[in-house]
Amino acid sequence: MADTPVVLEVRGLTKRFPGVLANDHIDLKLCKGEVLGLLGENGAGKSTLMNLIYGLYKPDEGEILINGESVVIHDPNDAIRRGIGMVHQHFQLVPVLTVTENIMLGNETVRGLGFLNQRAAKKRILELANQYGLTVNPDALVQDLPVGVQQRVEILKALYRKAEILILDEPTAVLTPQEIEGLFNIIDTLTARGVSIIFISHKLKEVLRICDRVTVLRLGKVVGDADPKQSTQESLASMMVGRSVLLRVDKPPAQPRESVLKVEGLNLTDDRGVQVVKDFALEVFAGEILGIAGVQGNGQTELIEAITGLRATESGTILLDGKNITGVTPRLVTQAGVAHVPEDRQKNGMVSSFLIKDNMRLQSYYRAPYAMGILSNDAVINETAEKWTQAYDVRPANIFNSMGALSGGNQQKAVIAREFSRDQIRLLIVAQPTRGLDVGSIEFIHKQIVRLRDEGTAVLLVSTELDEILSLSDRIAVMYAGRVIDTMPADQANRESIGLLMAGVKREDPAPEPLGVSTHG
Amino acid sequence: MATLTDQRKTESSWLTGWREHIRITRAGVFGLLSLFLGALLLLRVAPTYDPTLITTLTFEGQIPDLRFFAVGFMNAVGVIYVLGGLFALIPIEHRLLHSLKLIWLGINLALFVPTVLVITAIGTSTNMLETLTSGFRLATPIVIGALAGIWCERSGVVNIAIEGMMLTGACLGFITVFLLAPYLQSQQAQFLGVLIATLMGGVMALLHAWLSITFRTDQIVSGTVINILALGLTSFLRDEILLAAPGGEGGVSTGTLPILAIPILSDLPLIGPSLFTGQPIFLMMFVLVIGTHVILYYTRWGLRTRAVGENPKAADTLGINVIRNRYINVIIGGLLAGFAGAWFSLEATSSFDNGMTGGLGFIALAAMIFGKWTPLGATIGGLLFGFSQAFRTRFQILEVPIPEEFIQMIPYIVTMIVLAGLVGKATAPKADGVPYKKE
Repeated sequence: MADTPVVLEVRGLTKRFPGVLANDHIDLKLCKGEVLGLLGENGAGKSTLMNLIYGLYKPDEGEILINGESVVIHDPNDAIRRGIGMVHQHFQLVPVLTVTENIMLGNETVRGLGFLNQRAAKKRILELANQYGLTVNPDALVQDLPVGVQQRVEILKALYRKAEILILDEPTAVLTPQEIEGLFNIIDTLTARGVSIIFISHKLKEVLRICDRVTVLRLGKVVGDADPKQSTQESLASMMVGRSVLLRVDKPPAQPRESVLKVEGLNLTDDRGVQVVKDFALEVFAGEILGIAGVQGNGQTELIEAITGLRATESGTILLDGKNITGVTPRLVTQAGVAHVPEDRQKNGMVSSFLIKDNMRLQSYYRAPYAMGILSNDAVINETAEKWTQAYDVRPANIFNSMGALSGGNQQKAVIAREFSRDQIRLLIVAQPTRGLDVGSIEFIHKQIVRLRDEGTAVLLVSTELDEILSLSDRIAVMYAGRVIDTMPADQANRESIGLLMAGVKREDPAPEPLGVSTHG
Repeated sequence: MATLTDQRKTESSWLTGWREHIRITRAGVFGLLSLFLGALLLLRVAPTYDPTLITTLTFEGQIPDLRFFAVGFMNAVGVIYVLGGLFALIPIEHRLLHSLKLIWLGINLALFVPTVLVITAIGTSTNMLETLTSGFRLATPIVIGALAGIWCERSGVVNIAIEGMMLTGACLGFITVFLLAPYLQSQQAQFLGVLIATLMGGVMALLHAWLSITFRTDQIVSGTVINILALGLTSFLRDEILLAAPGGEGGVSTGTLPILAIPILSDLPLIGPSLFTGQPIFLMMFVLVIGTHVILYYTRWGLRTRAVGENPKAADTLGINVIRNRYINVIIGGLLAGFAGAWFSLEATSSFDNGMTGGLGFIALAAMIFGKWTPLGATIGGLLFGFSQAFRTRFQILEVPIPEEFIQMIPYIVTMIVLAGLVGKATAPKADGVPYKKE
């Protein structure tokens, strides 16, 4: 690695935002054909650094060198011209346009007068696709493609612009395990052909698997480099957080008791009227964590909305402690003892223009002790809000701040604090409880979920993070195309089997045992 | 708590009880309506007329006259209505069947106006060429207005100010002609008038762009502001310039824009006089429709515009200047709206009245939505409205025994039926109405 030329170097790069030093004299080197892992918690400055390199922000200090030459990158156009390509965490695609149109956008091949030459573009796309093993149909509409293929379109977009340095921002966040393998193969092909890659992630396992070198950021500073061959997940995690972290969820075996949630024959349609949940059945018991695994968009969101009273059902029943809660208002569902941490917390879990203390009483403002008749009881409200935000380490710890002023991670902690702390919870529904949270917070939240379980709450966990499902659940149900395709105890599940189920491949029933060979079971 | 839940349960099971048997669908509702109208026609209307009476539709010798036995025609239409209604009520869910249902209902809708015409003109003859020709003429401001909307909204800026931009164009275009007429030949003055009308639409659009793109004002508010501003400004200018002039408004008369005939094409029967002979703004409509379609779908600018209207951030990361793209598209839209405004004061009439655009800017918006934000679809929508106006005039001539107010409602009722029933859910460009802010 010492002989390979350095294609990108960052020296003393500094970026200040009002009140925050987002990047503090960062030094970084990327060699030709290597995969550099960039690891760090939320707010460690990874995204800021990449946006500086991609020309979306301007640095306050420091310089960027490309192929040894100091450059100033004014905007993404500049970055593209200098061979830097970026695949954003949230794909920057136009769903109603075709693959070709998306790829050529901004860099169109034209014949006089600005008329598009789609044929030439398509030809180049197919060449690139063959060269790098990125199979894609150039005429397909992007909205019809699965996420993994959309990502290929994003990578092709960068290659089409002759990118030699590729920044992948959390590329695995939305993929199934099989798609992740596919992505890793693509990365191997790319690096073999001399493309250098910066791989941003907070998933330690993946960083160890694919990266040649790892640089760890904490609080805007580089805390060190690591060699994946000599590192473990634990060592990287403690570098990232600055203390040792327990990665495995430490929990006693579940003691399931009576049935709390029982869903039968549920049919749901999404906003466009397409049926997304079909003849769905599920039962969750007090004192257990049932994890629903599945690729996003297989009906999980609608299922949760139906249980919490936010979506009308087509047919079917939802029973909570034996009482029918199908089609009742969200308030009744809440009063019946359902707590809900929605998937999109910023949108559905809080009112960002309200103060933190008011966000803490969103479901109970009308009841004693928070209300006295038509007046609200500020003393109790403030005291409760103080207690909850402190218990969940919401920072900055001022309940008179508006919710919108908190960082994303702290907003999530605040919503979780409220839902987890409300009294008499029978059923806790948590969707993506740790999405976007850093290792330290994840550890804490997992502990709280287990605590609630042990207190006798039924927990319905929905997550697209397979590791989270595997480590936290007592039972796992895999959802595919609106149905539970299979349910199993967590200790009988592994990444591969669940991954296949998530892709809709149902385990064949075991073949009849050949005569004479008997097994126990 | 428990009682409440239980009560809800019985309620919901009662609700789902009948919902399980009957599903209310769009095709179902319109099917029932069609069934009802068909039965009305067969049982109540047709028997009241003498079956030997004949309705004649004339085309000024362009093609042979069409002659119908009116009662036979009514019965035929009645049967088509009843069968179409029954067909739409077939309770089987199937994609192909569904589209067939909608097509049949669409035919029924299209048959409605000719049927009323045949009934009202019973025993006499009526000039259809005139209706056809005026339908296309009346569609002109609606189609061009709809194109103005498409340019704006495809780039992500909602434009409800088409009305105001048209009105401004109409007013200043006429004032230009009014002031220049003494000094120039009337055709030169008219040309400058159309030019100024177009540019003034662009100026109003620039204001809309400035408010809604640069200052990220709510685009509906900005549009409303422009509509109100245009109303006040034009009536002020009319008072101060037109009415204050010696001899008043009628003091100068240059006549309307000249009628042009496109060589060869205008000699074709029927479509020659209705489509290829006409005044310049009307003829330009066809060029603008085709031009908009080609630019939007086959050029670099069009691709970028569609991308900016759907996902401005994606476009931005690829180095496309979102703000510039939106500005230019909004201004192009404004130029078109101003041009359409000239139709009112220079082509259809040679005068300017307060509020003379009469809400056609909003109808243009409806035509755009009807066409799902595509130029060709919007043209069909615009023609639909133009023709329903033309038929209104025809009915007035025939002295249909329906209050005139009801007849004047026709285009608006068509708007509502079309928006509610036939186009289904129209999907706007995704970023339409969302101001873009660079992070």
